[in-house]
Amino acid sequence: MDQQGSSPKTNPPSPGAVSRRGLLTAAAFGAGVVVMPWLNGCTGTARQQTEQSPQQPPPSPAGTEAVTLQVNGQSYALRLDPRVTLLDALREDLGLTGTKKGCDHGQCGACTILVDGRRVNSCLMLAISAGGKSITTIEGLASGDSLHPMQTAFIEHDAFQCGYCTPGQICSAVGLTREGHAATDDDIREQMAGNICRCGAYPNIVSAVRQAMQNKA
Amino acid sequence: MQPFNYVAVTQQQQAVDAISANPAAAFLAGGTNLIDEMKLNLQTPRQLVDINALPMANIERSPDGGLRIGAMVRNSDLAWNDDVRQRYPLLSEALLSGASPQLRNMASTGGNLLQHTRCYYFRDVSSPCNMRQPGSGCSAIDGYNRIHAVLGTSDKCIATHPSDMCVALVALEATIHIVGPHGERDVPINEFYVAYGDDPAKLNVLNRDELITYVALPAMPWAKRSHYLKVRDRASYEFALASAAVALDLDGRTIREARIALGGVATKPWRAVEAERRLAGQKAGDALFQAAADDALQSAKPQKFNAFKIELAKRTIFKALQDTAAMG
Repeated sequence: MDQQGSSPKTNPPSPGAVSRRGLLTAAAFGAGVVVMPWLNGCTGTARQQTEQSPQQPPPSPAGTEAVTLQVNGQSYALRLDPRVTLLDALREDLGLTGTKKGCDHGQCGACTILVDGRRVNSCLMLAISAGGKSITTIEGLASGDSLHPMQTAFIEHDAFQCGYCTPGQICSAVGLTREGHAATDDDIREQMAGNICRCGAYPNIVSAVRQAMQNKA
Repeated sequence: MQPFNYVAVTQQQQAVDAISANPAAAFLAGGTNLIDEMKLNLQTPRQLVDINALPMANIERSPDGGLRIGAMVRNSDLAWNDDVRQRYPLLSEALLSGASPQLRNMASTGGNLLQHTRCYYFRDVSSPCNMRQPGSGCSAIDGYNRIHAVLGTSDKCIATHPSDMCVALVALEATIHIVGPHGERDVPINEFYVAYGDDPAKLNVLNRDELITYVALPAMPWAKRSHYLKVRDRASYEFALASAAVALDLDGRTIREARIALGGVATKPWRAVEAERRLAGQKAGDALFQAAADDALQSAKPQKFNAFKIELAKRTIFKALQDTAAMG
């Protein structure tokens, strides 16, 4: 299960697999090259992108530090600029794009993940400081094809509309349940206050969290 | 974000050595204020010294019956600690009223003491700001100053201190333990923050090469009767417009001693000594509470957009006193 090595690993790692993001990126660049061949200089980078897999990261620049991140039970050896947040490392270097960037300043909760079992805002953590910690993202909650009870509850209670805040909501709710301090719906509302939802799915989120919390007992 | 080197230390001496050796170094604890500000280019350290692994994460009873709180204790752990909830409930309530659960899981005691104002002119590096650049002017005084202070201001700066935890610690007369290259010292929290005066850049008495290692709470049995009331636009996840930390030592209905501290309205966590004096030795009651609230805001100086805070703070004090006196 370990993926050691000096080059950053993406997930899913299998060379032949194309993710939704990769397909859309390739299609966008592919279309650009066909339509405007005379802009050779300007689209030089775009050409390079289509010739390589879009998931291939650029070579590691100087001034990087080594860190091994334990994410969803797998080990990733990375070399990162110290400035890279844990959020950006998960999304850009590991291809785990389930965790979302909302405000990038710890004010919206979209980036919520679990670190050593506790919910945190990954946008305010540095990736190089996260070595040796057990990191769980939204991608790591399910066991194979079995959804986490919180994920099931969110579906059953229609607890999302656009879905952008949802990975953060679910991870936050899992953290809330582990903390064990919520008894009433008002407790849930207060303890989920760190996750904002522009679509306003709040009432259904509360129902989902209540259900998952109660079933856990 | 400006580039920086990163080093993680495991021993206190390593931390002090690292910060002393490099004037451009900063400690990294929870990161909830520092990383936020580094993204705004508000702070540009050239080296981060990660102190998360230092052995400062315990909450212990002191020999004198008080409590010793390690500087790396997370805000959430402090808030939910049984000793804190039972013996110093205002501190638990204050912590739980602040930020979000995620931020509370990350934020440290030491970092909370040192967090910066959220004045939006301070946070915007393109705005003149005497706190960031002495002498450049205060954009808030002639700007939009709804969230700014009415107590402790000078004509150089009116920025509010944003912490809830610190207000409770001020009411409890906590002591801050500091370690530096020249030794250790204890600073009562009421002497830790510096009035803005002509130089709002100097926020507190912590020297650049010093490390906060713990906060000590005195044994204060009557702190059991205490409460933190926070008033703000939203129901949660927002800084205070006004807040009050109150503790009452009641003998029947007579107030032997009172502690009152204010948040959201002052340039530092504010001990309302005039209000405390009004209450001492008197019988608890609404008229007395109103008089104390009036006393607390007697010296308040309103700005163009925050005059409402004076009345709001009085009512917050009044309600906090009522609720604290009524506790079982």
